[in-house]
Amino acid sequence: MSDATSEAAESPKPKSVPPAADHGHGDGHGHGHEEHDPIHLANPNLAHHFDTPQQQFDAGKLGIWLFLLTEVLFFAGLFCAYTVYRSYRPEVFVYAHYFLDTKLGALNTCVLLLSSLTAAWAVRNAQLRQHSLLKLNIVITIACACAFMVVKYVEYSHKFHDGLLPGPHFAPTEQVWELESFKHKHPEAAEYAEHLYKAAEKKKAAAANPAAAAPTGEHAAAGDAHETHVRPTEEQLEPLIAAGILGPKAETRDVPSKPRNAHVFFSIYFFMTGLHGLHVLIGIGIWIWLLLKANKNVFGPNYFGPIDYAALYWHLVDLIWIYLFPLLYLIH
Amino acid sequence: MSDHAHDHAHGADAHEAGHEDHGLAHTTPISLLVGILGVLLVLTILTVSVTSFDLGSRGNLVVAMIIATVKAALVVTFFMHLLWDKKFHLVLFMTSVLFVILFLSMTITDRGEYDKDVEAFRQDQAQLNAK
Repeated sequence: MSDATSEAAESPKPKSVPPAADHGHGDGHGHGHEEHDPIHLANPNLAHHFDTPQQQFDAGKLGIWLFLLTEVLFFAGLFCAYTVYRSYRPEVFVYAHYFLDTKLGALNTCVLLLSSLTAAWAVRNAQLRQHSLLKLNIVITIACACAFMVVKYVEYSHKFHDGLLPGPHFAPTEQVWELESFKHKHPEAAEYAEHLYKAAEKKKAAAANPAAAAPTGEHAAAGDAHETHVRPTEEQLEPLIAAGILGPKAETRDVPSKPRNAHVFFSIYFFMTGLHGLHVLIGIGIWIWLLLKANKNVFGPNYFGPIDYAALYWHLVDLIWIYLFPLLYLIH
Repeated sequence: MSDHAHDHAHGADAHEAGHEDHGLAHTTPISLLVGILGVLLVLTILTVSVTSFDLGSRGNLVVAMIIATVKAALVVTFFMHLLWDKKFHLVLFMTSVLFVILFLSMTITDRGEYDKDVEAFRQDQAQLNAK
């Protein structure tokens, strides 16, 4: 659009000329025009490049939906990694899920769902000019988000402490059959694994130091041999093979251990929950900014876009957690 | 150009007049919001409790994913107010879902293709280690 035509359109300044004709102007011209425009005068939060609050709202809404679309595809890459690896090595996921705390995961799900309600409610408050309720709902949303991060911190610090780290740093300090979650679900299998492990340890010790073990060694070995020949029951064996502790998928043949490549689960786990956690942190930042804005009572029926867009983002973060929770914590 | 702008301005004016009382978009009633949260929490309890039943190797995963998808649909429909929103936003969102499904299913059809090579590699390694 040439400057000459727009100048011509502006100079007579008839009422019928829509503000849209002003597009393409430099900033100085735009502001000058705005001063005379009743819609902009009535709506101090209407940006000068929009004609009406409706147009501004719709443009923002389209923008946030396009952004959410890219977010869905962004996370899809990680979900794809998860799907491929789970279909490829199911035993790794069975093994690793015993290390995750379902209660904490469920608690976080509830916290996030509650914050989704307050976020949706905040949009309603903004639309209806309920300033104090709006601020309250934003504060509750922030509090829930912080609670989520605190639970996440507790979970992560447990994992770090127990050596459940991704990649080459993976060095679990506990055997999976020693965990309460495993013992509770498969008590016979836990006992059997413990028994096999101790027998193997004894054998190793005897091999390393044959002189000391010599007098009793033969008896012990004979006893072990006798005991291991007792056929394990289905309850004892099945959970151990399913989790790759024994059998062809295990790291070692005879001694109960862990499935090969178990560390990959924790790479996926930390990447997925970490990226999600980063989104929660960013969300907290956005809500704090909006709380400051809401403090000035700027939101109302003609200007609630920012609250609506933030809530949409927040719901998407919730949406991703809705899938992450069963996929990581509720493996059967 | 100026015709188009005219139309646009008129359309916006009409919009303004029609929606002055209601603002720019639908307002969701509190009872509905709280009700949806209730359903979501019940579904969360359901998905946790269903893990104590053995539904076969695939069964539990399928049930968990169905429940998760119902929850996601509730969030998208009511909390993200797609039910009252422009249908174009629904189309946008469903497009991303479609591409995620394509992405996952295409990859999953391919995943068994390298099993033989991996197994051969592993056997080679085992032989090397044995030497």
